[in-house]
Amino acid sequence: MLNYIWSGLIAVSVLCALFMGNTADISNALIESGASSIQLILTMAGIICLWSGIMKIAVESGLTNIFAKIFAPLLRPLFPRLDKKSDAFQSITMNISANLLGLGNAATPFGLKAMEQLHTLNDRRDIASNEMVVFVVMNTASLQLLPTTLAALRQSYGSSAPFEIIVPVWISSACALTVALLIACTLNIRQGKI
Amino acid sequence: MPAFACIVVVFGLIKKVPVFDVFISGAKEGVKLLYNIAPTIMGLVFAVDLLQSSGAIDAICALIQPTAEFLGFPKEIVPLVLLRPVSGSGSTALLTALYKTCGPDSFAGRTASVLAGSSETTFYAIAMYFGCIRVKKIRHTLFAAITADLTAAIMSVITVRLWFNM
Repeated sequence: MLNYIWSGLIAVSVLCALFMGNTADISNALIESGASSIQLILTMAGIICLWSGIMKIAVESGLTNIFAKIFAPLLRPLFPRLDKKSDAFQSITMNISANLLGLGNAATPFGLKAMEQLHTLNDRRDIASNEMVVFVVMNTASLQLLPTTLAALRQSYGSSAPFEIIVPVWISSACALTVALLIACTLNIRQGKI
Repeated sequence: MPAFACIVVVFGLIKKVPVFDVFISGAKEGVKLLYNIAPTIMGLVFAVDLLQSSGAIDAICALIQPTAEFLGFPKEIVPLVLLRPVSGSGSTALLTALYKTCGPDSFAGRTASVLAGSSETTFYAIAMYFGCIRVKKIRHTLFAAITADLTAAIMSVITVRLWFNM
């Protein structure tokens, strides 16, 4: 699936550039994207290594256990086959808590760890398990409770009330998340246990 | 963020965990994670950079904008809806440009804010999470995620209209 999307993106871009005469721009982008991706990877490198280290402390000290217990009632129905004490379940709860707190950078390493741990529980190596689908879908929806970066951005451009959009944000996110989870869970059930 | 890190470290100390040693071994695992996702990031940045520089986004926007306006969407947010799922930095740049031209408290400004606050970089997350474990058959993940993005786009217009009576 991703193969088609990726090649589609490239084909559409090149065709568009040819038709609209942006060939110079696109050749520049071709060269610069290598540099900009390395830059992004380096920024992420720091964040990921740092938070993987912090995460390990949280696991060893039993802090993730406490988080897992708090979130268990909410997350159990979404991951019915996962053991509450499993590593994967703990990483998932850490990822969700970091997302709720708006620590997107910290959430990513927890999420990647969770995927690795879910993969060890998956018997079919090349197909996503039900848990993976639900977990990734949750991560593509916004879970953040206080959109602080957004409010700061609004304020810097002269908004009279930077946080006034918060209730619409909550309603809109809740709807998007519900739709995502409903689709993921119904199709999981319909396709049987994978 | 620093507070969260501090709480974790202090809690570790209280529980008598050798925090620095554990941190080092965790950071080492982080390097391995990075090794797994770096190629995926490179591939995505490449495709998104091409898409933006080729003018394809503008062309698609020009096609959709009349319909969007007819349905009550502010036409300024159409590029944001298209770019949000693939690029975090790209959509932030669009958002700031929109604040500059329309103002953050205008209808388009508020709708764009709600949209940005209620959606994530969908493709990026999917490619990264499945790329790191090299799972290729992602089943209905993409369908569910895209439908959620569409829901967020529609709901951002509806909620702003109702909440601010615009």
